[in-house]
Amino acid sequence: MKRSFLLYFLILSVGLIFLIRLFQLQVIQGDNYDPISHAEVKVKFDYPERGYIYDRNGKLLVANQLSYDVMVVPNEVKPLDTLEFCRLLKITKEDFDKRFQRAVNYAPYLEFTFLKQLAKEDYAYLQEKLHKFEGFYIKKRVIRDYPIKSAANVLGYISEVNQSITKKDDYYIQGDLIGKAGIERQYEKVLRGRKGKKYFRRNRMNRITGPYQNGEKDSLAVNGQDLTLTIDSELQQYGEYLMQGKRGGIVAIEPSTGEILTLITAPSYDPNDMVGRKRARNSTMLFNDTIHRPMYDRGLKATYSPGSPFKLLNALVGLQEGVITTQTPFYCYGGYRYGKRKHEFMDCHCDIYGKPISLNTAISKSCNSYFSNTYKRIVEKDNNPEEGMNNWSAHMKSFGLGNYLGYDLPEGDDGLIPDGGYYARRNRYKWNASTNISNAIGQGEVITTPIQLANVTAAIANRGHFYTPHIVKSVNNKRITDSAYVIPKHTTIDKEHFGPVIEGMHSVFKNGTAKLVNIKGIDIVGKTGTVENFAIIDGTKVQLPDHSILVAFAPKENPKIALAVFIENGGYGSTIAAPITSLMVEKYLTGKVERKWIENRMIETDLYPIYNQVIFKPETLETGTN
Amino acid sequence: MRQEQTNIFYGVDWFIVLIYALLVGFGWMNIYAASFTEEDTGLLNFTTRYGKQLIWIILSIPIIIFTLFISGKFYERFASIFYLICIVSLLGLFVLGTEINGAKSWYRFGPVGLQPSEFAKAFTALAIAKLLSDRKYNLGLIKNQVKAFFIMFLPAGLIAIHDAGSAVIYLSFFFVLNREGLTLAYTVLGVLAIVLFLLTLLLGIELLLVIVLSLISIYVIYNIYRNKRYLRFNWLKVVSLYVMTTIFIFGVDFAYNNVLKSHQRDRFEVLLGLTDDTKNIGYNSNQSIQTISSGGFAGKGYLKGDRTQGKFVPEQDTDYIFSTVGEEWGFLGTSIVIILFVVLLFRIISRAEQHKNKFGRIYGYGVASILFLHLFVNVGMVIGLLPTIGIPLPFFSYGGSSLWGFTLLLFIFVKLDAGKSYDW
Repeated sequence: MKRSFLLYFLILSVGLIFLIRLFQLQVIQGDNYDPISHAEVKVKFDYPERGYIYDRNGKLLVANQLSYDVMVVPNEVKPLDTLEFCRLLKITKEDFDKRFQRAVNYAPYLEFTFLKQLAKEDYAYLQEKLHKFEGFYIKKRVIRDYPIKSAANVLGYISEVNQSITKKDDYYIQGDLIGKAGIERQYEKVLRGRKGKKYFRRNRMNRITGPYQNGEKDSLAVNGQDLTLTIDSELQQYGEYLMQGKRGGIVAIEPSTGEILTLITAPSYDPNDMVGRKRARNSTMLFNDTIHRPMYDRGLKATYSPGSPFKLLNALVGLQEGVITTQTPFYCYGGYRYGKRKHEFMDCHCDIYGKPISLNTAISKSCNSYFSNTYKRIVEKDNNPEEGMNNWSAHMKSFGLGNYLGYDLPEGDDGLIPDGGYYARRNRYKWNASTNISNAIGQGEVITTPIQLANVTAAIANRGHFYTPHIVKSVNNKRITDSAYVIPKHTTIDKEHFGPVIEGMHSVFKNGTAKLVNIKGIDIVGKTGTVENFAIIDGTKVQLPDHSILVAFAPKENPKIALAVFIENGGYGSTIAAPITSLMVEKYLTGKVERKWIENRMIETDLYPIYNQVIFKPETLETGTN
Repeated sequence: MRQEQTNIFYGVDWFIVLIYALLVGFGWMNIYAASFTEEDTGLLNFTTRYGKQLIWIILSIPIIIFTLFISGKFYERFASIFYLICIVSLLGLFVLGTEINGAKSWYRFGPVGLQPSEFAKAFTALAIAKLLSDRKYNLGLIKNQVKAFFIMFLPAGLIAIHDAGSAVIYLSFFFVLNREGLTLAYTVLGVLAIVLFLLTLLLGIELLLVIVLSLISIYVIYNIYRNKRYLRFNWLKVVSLYVMTTIFIFGVDFAYNNVLKSHQRDRFEVLLGLTDDTKNIGYNSNQSIQTISSGGFAGKGYLKGDRTQGKFVPEQDTDYIFSTVGEEWGFLGTSIVIILFVVLLFRIISRAEQHKNKFGRIYGYGVASILFLHLFVNVGMVIGLLPTIGIPLPFFSYGGSSLWGFTLLLFIFVKLDAGKSYDW
């Protein structure tokens, strides 16, 4: 018995080792074994139709069209008439050989995209003769179609997913399309729907042998949902038309809802350029154009000094804080002296020399001295500039300034509203309102984006509250109910203080800086702005032509539209921004434009000679501090 | 008392027969799963693998009856004749053999092929038992050891010429020889040689030489420390230990690179993880492991193995049949098969040890050893613990010769065991 112990022992230990190994393989590893990811199961996707996009009046902005890719499985290809095939595809023999070799290198037994997005006519010819070319297939794909050449910056575009996305999100596989910008990106999950999946059993030779588990796991494709935007495409197109030859942005908002009526950036591009086979070339061109930057949404991302429109906010804060009343008289002697030295003096062009100036006049004439005095009183209210600044900053931020706002588009900028801490960090010595007096007239450290300014205007139009601006009105014809967009946000300014400020803005169009573009029968209220700006060219700071800006809403009672217009280097607010605002308001409220002479003047205004004089990259653009 | 029973089933160990039936039956179910295709109809169909195997299984019943019918004494008396026939049939292959899969190890009779090497195991076991059971035989003598080695290695050598893998099984007779008194030194030396061989591949010559020679040095220094005159008596041993080890390690490296064929080298490299090519060299092993893994704890269900039906594992109804069990029956199925084998082997050994007759005991021990080595090599390969060596899993793998060979091997023992209380 003793001698047989060795064999008993070996059998037992081998048995145990096998059981342990099998336990490891089947129970521990087997738990994570996902047949779907292995060779025995093939998943075929059924692609849903991507949702359509309409404007607020139901006009179709984005639809789908079919496109045809030629696919090849090199192993299945039989000898063919290459010349005829090349003629059908309109490619050269060399090109054919190159593409075929690429497919072979990829994997001889797998499907490979031989030629992308065939033209419709070519497809029709090829379709008839395809049976002669074994191993070649046609794969239908759905790509976007834009019936109206407009609003490219809002709509965005779709393109093939890249690897970093397929790694992170297992919904996508190589070759899938995904929204890369604008609405397409923001509402990707709504628009894309859900892919249907069909599982098949597959054998060693990569052949499909039947449904996997009798198709129990298969799912149907769910089509994407349609979106209705808040955009008024006619107004959008009209604005884009007016903006030709200029750089800048126009943002219009419906104050009573926060719906974005137009979001214009200039220059822009034709959305159809980012579709189909021409896409690759165009996108490189558009993205590489660092001078005009057509892919850069100036309405959302461009940060400018707000200039004079910012005076409205200073007035409101002054009234709220009780440091001024509507009748508080300030005097102007051609400017405002904020320090003892000679250069510490801010010019003013209100032309009211030595007479008391009221709030209304100060707004309509845009008096720098008046708002500098107001600002000084706000900041130095309790002889504590840091606390005063903090208080001022909190008021400003309640208008949605200094942050991203939270609208439903994937890009934007915070801008900047400084607070007491900001200056405490920046100034080593004692500081007060005079140190940053430029904030009084919107030229200091304050930075805003056009959409923020449009939102401020909407808040003034609403007399103290606003709805977060948004671009989607309904999904599959159901109104959005997202609380962020339907619950108003209140500013820190009491309602009664808005009346006098709005009256002042009314005077701007009645007898102030924008009186030349007043519209008969429509009460426009607004504020022009002329923003100094500088660029660093060859190491020296150069003053560039002023930005022309304007914020306005109309009509005065029961406002329908609030907008911010920003024209880079357009000069005075009254020369370009004001007429454009006026035309936009007329177009939106009356549906037509009667004042053709103004329209023609605006279309003929071409600022490119100015832009070309000073070729600078926008990155180096520095908004003014004086 | 010494009269033979006329009932051929008298004294048969039904427990062994039951396990045999379970293994063969379950094996056939898995062959069916691995080889059926949807268009096939009819079980007893000679065009399908499972049909053929079913015929072999049915035909093994007369073989069993015949085996049990013959007197136990007959096997002992004619062991040498059987062995001689077996050697002749192996030699005959060189003249009359048909080549299948690159190995000339088949006799062809119309549609049926017979593989004599599958039967040679049983006959060699008989011959070894006959030799060792001689009362005058003493394994301590070198002369007798050489005799035994000759009986073992003659058929092994003949088989190795066509099919090196199958010859490995003849090493199982070392268990028998050990049991009958052969010193363990051979086995220990053999295991050491295998370990050194694997380490050479894994670590490379230089590193291994340094390690092994320093281990020997430590051993020598330890001995000198204990006995100051150690070197005076043993210097020859010490020097030859150094020299032999060095020569062996260099020899292994040389043999590995120049004697082994490239596909054999690949198998070792896959196993030792020296290459991670799962497309060509390691394909079988990798597919087999994945297939087993995919079964999980409870398996995918009979005839529901996607990977089996996708034919991902080559040779899945023969050498890799165990992976079918793994996929469709899961850990439950595989562990039951392993346990069945272990129980069968234990049963054979414990029955053999009860034999009064030396011949029966030695033969039984041989049967257990052969089955054990088959199980070890085959399952070890399928679950990726051993390099690819293509030998069948007893009673499971597809193949008539293999089934009949193992049936014969086992039932000769059953017959001897039935009469174990007699000392003929």
